[in-house]
Amino acid sequence: MVIIKARKLTKYFGQICAVDNVDFDIEKGVCFGFLGPNGAGKTTIMRMFYCIVAPTAGHIEIMGMDIKRHASKIKSKIGVMPQDNNLDLELSAFKNLIVYGRYFEIPYKISKRLAYDLLDYVGLTEKAHENIRNLSGGMQRALLLARAIINSPEILILDEPTTGLDPHSRHNVWHKLKDLKEKDTTLILTTHYMEEAEKLCDKVAIMDRGKIIIIDTPKHLMETYGGNLEDVYLKLTGKKLKGEENNNNNEY
Amino acid sequence: MNIKRAFRVWQRHFTVYTKLYRTSIVLNFVEPVLYLVAFGIGLGAFVKDIEGVPYIKYIAPGIIASSSMFAATYECTYGTYVRMTFQKTFDAILATPINIEDLVAGELLWGSTKSVFYGIIIIVAISFFKMVDSMYVIFLIPVLFISGLIFAEISMICTAIVPGIDSFNYFYTLFMTPMFLFSGIFFPLKTLPPIISKIAFWTPLYHLTNICRACVTGKSNVIIVDILWLLAAATILAPISYVLLKKRVIK
Repeated sequence: MVIIKARKLTKYFGQICAVDNVDFDIEKGVCFGFLGPNGAGKTTIMRMFYCIVAPTAGHIEIMGMDIKRHASKIKSKIGVMPQDNNLDLELSAFKNLIVYGRYFEIPYKISKRLAYDLLDYVGLTEKAHENIRNLSGGMQRALLLARAIINSPEILILDEPTTGLDPHSRHNVWHKLKDLKEKDTTLILTTHYMEEAEKLCDKVAIMDRGKIIIIDTPKHLMETYGGNLEDVYLKLTGKKLKGEENNNNNEY
Repeated sequence: MNIKRAFRVWQRHFTVYTKLYRTSIVLNFVEPVLYLVAFGIGLGAFVKDIEGVPYIKYIAPGIIASSSMFAATYECTYGTYVRMTFQKTFDAILATPINIEDLVAGELLWGSTKSVFYGIIIIVAISFFKMVDSMYVIFLIPVLFISGLIFAEISMICTAIVPGIDSFNYFYTLFMTPMFLFSGIFFPLKTLPPIISKIAFWTPLYHLTNICRACVTGKSNVIIVDILWLLAAATILAPISYVLLKKRVIK
């Protein structure tokens, strides 16, 4: 079953074309990856899924609903783990989850239990009432993941979920994502880490300058073009996939 | 706009505020009190009664107005801007069932809530010094809410169009400070050239000050015009602030 359908999707920011007439279908229950260097248009597509970016042309249907008309309803069934840390820095880890649960109209009694369960799930039980400024980068990413699944989403959007994490924290996140996939959550992620895409994704869309060059399974791509995904990307676009490593938390 | 969803945004701000109120309450409270002491007592010693009341008592109702005004404007300029850009709170909220119209409504409601709150603090403070003569002062609460909405809307418009956080200096220096000084808080405008009164008529603070003075003194000044002016302004500015902020946030 197709859970996300995009047709002729295009986005211009002024004169710059960020997403250039792309089509794709994402099946329910799969892990779908958008691969490409910074600036390829991955994040723009992610942000269109949750309506912060409005398409210039084309349309997206999520769970059979048009995003323009049913934004709130669609968003109630998706979870988003953003690229940037946008936690409420003034609040504790626990309070962050409670406040987020309220946006989904989760009653306090339930969200309180959920919050403790989720903190336990991502290994932050001991930090529950600690100010999140005292949490390490890895812990904050873990909290973002916990927050993203507080509404038990059918679709989980992960925008570079492990960028900037040490290998240990990265493996922790991967472990959780595999676990969620087993529970039939559709995962959509962007990444420029090959290992991440090979480990997690059932299907990948290889992107370059706003266009999707190919959509296929990582296995089939590697068989067809030889080498690992990094080599595949190089062959398809003539470019290295892993651009300059940038730390998005220092943007401002 | 869905009022329940807007309330969730309001509630988020309230939750965060309860963590920070100790610092912010002092800052917001100290400044108006400084004005009262410096102008009312200091300068007041050299100023004869205005409209039959001692100078400190003359300016006290205006301080309610200005305190509540600055509460909403600080909140919806610096506060909103930081949430929109540096902290990316808007991104977090908009990824949930909350839509941009709910978010804007929540921001505005929170700004006007703070306006009411900081107005009430000054009302309580000046009542201690017996500067409130009338129980009509209670009517100020809904008035402060409406005027708070206006100040929040004006600030939101500014937030939607500033290129960076430093640009708020222009807003405060060129708009807020002149309005603060020339809206009848510190002296009756009739002493100045008529053009000043004419300009003041088009600012919300002038009308709010009139209403505050009428309700605190209990003198039956005609304030219907002022109330209608505020209601009209709040209604007209709401869609403008929404459209501009939406344009800024939804790319």
